[in-house]
Amino acid sequence: MTQDRLPGRTALLSRLFLVLAFIGVMVSLALIFLWVPDDRQQGAVYRIFYYHVPAGLLSFAAFAVVFVASIAYLWKNNRAWDMVAHSAAELGVVFATLSLVTGSIWARPIWGVWWTWDPRLTTMLILWLIYVGYLMLRAYSADDTRVSRFASVVGIIGFVDVPVVFFSIRWWRTQHPQPLLKPGNDFGLTPEMTVTFLIALAALSFLFAHLLLERLAMRRMSADIQEIRQALSAEEGA
Amino acid sequence: MKDYFAGIMAVLWKDVLSELRTKDILLSVFVFSLLSLVIFSFALRTDRATVAVIAPGVLWAAFAFSGILALNRAFATEREKGSLEGLVITPVPRDVIYFGKMLGVLLFMLAAEIVLLPVFVVLFNVPLDVPRLLLIIFLATLGFASVGTVFSAIAVNTRSREIMLPVLFLPVVVPVIISAVEASARVMAGEPWDNLSVWLQVLVAFDVIFVVVSSLVFEYVLEE
Repeated sequence: MTQDRLPGRTALLSRLFLVLAFIGVMVSLALIFLWVPDDRQQGAVYRIFYYHVPAGLLSFAAFAVVFVASIAYLWKNNRAWDMVAHSAAELGVVFATLSLVTGSIWARPIWGVWWTWDPRLTTMLILWLIYVGYLMLRAYSADDTRVSRFASVVGIIGFVDVPVVFFSIRWWRTQHPQPLLKPGNDFGLTPEMTVTFLIALAALSFLFAHLLLERLAMRRMSADIQEIRQALSAEEGA
Repeated sequence: MKDYFAGIMAVLWKDVLSELRTKDILLSVFVFSLLSLVIFSFALRTDRATVAVIAPGVLWAAFAFSGILALNRAFATEREKGSLEGLVITPVPRDVIYFGKMLGVLLFMLAAEIVLLPVFVVLFNVPLDVPRLLLIIFLATLGFASVGTVFSAIAVNTRSREIMLPVLFLPVVVPVIISAVEASARVMAGEPWDNLSVWLQVLVAFDVIFVVVSSLVFEYVLEE
């Protein structure tokens, strides 16, 4: 049997991350709405940036974790890596969804459209589709080691595809009409803005770490329950 | 090394032989892509100016969707006939099986696409520069086959494999579809080689990356 619950130190760490995430979100919200100045061109609307960008960054980080954990699983054949990959993929899709939705809300007043086929948006959408496929593959197959291997293969191919997707879409876009206002990072951040952004990024990262540890704990428990069930039914059979 | 290629050829020959006897894949891919062309010409306006714009997109949408049929058959038949187990216990490296299956898929998709091409020219009335278009078709289809073979082997082992294959396959081949459409549009517009090169580079890069990655990971898909 594997451990029957989160080992004490990990559970404590997860709780610590939750507290830090809560504090970080509260502080960052106060800073975003009360402290940072308006953007010179966009006014107050740009404030969604403090959650939109960290969500996007964290989804990328999550997919990178899926990639590394998938390779580690195929290499070491250790179930724990598979659980890490699966949990990170779920979180990656959640954060990617957040970043797509907040991006769309932001695009409407600034670019005048809900959606534009900008390289970053489109890459994020394709990524989202790849990892939704990854989760569907997990959901549609019986829960055995074969599925873990299949999912690892998809996790590797999907991540290798990211730069190819990004560059092909970027070249594709440069040859097509652009939206009225070009999306860009060209707003300079004031020191207040940078501090607020880093706090929001830290808050979401703590939330991410907390959720990842909790999902892992749940996966371990359900694996244990399965083992206990099997042991029980074997005993009854004997 | 000689055994390696002999193994690949054996797997390929087995698929070619069974395809020549049933003509399952060729027929279904051809008929399906023909149907998509017809549906597209109803769905979109077909006056001269519009056709010049949409023709490359229509062609590649038809190829991509019908390619899924070919990929589905690649391992579905093996599974139905119970020959997948035979393939798995064959004492050859796994990448031999990968290359054999992949070349088979590539061959069948190419054959169906080349048969469809004249029909496309007639239906959409576009001028064609055949050698350059064939190069694009070869590179893009190799891209489809490289990852498609892995996803086909995965999907065949899941419930609802008809859904799983396109869901896994289509987002990953987005770069192939973009570059194939852009390159074909330039060929159909009679532009010089220089305007194509960036898209051919994307296609070649995709092919190289995914033939290598797929052949490396394939062994984990086939393990029993």
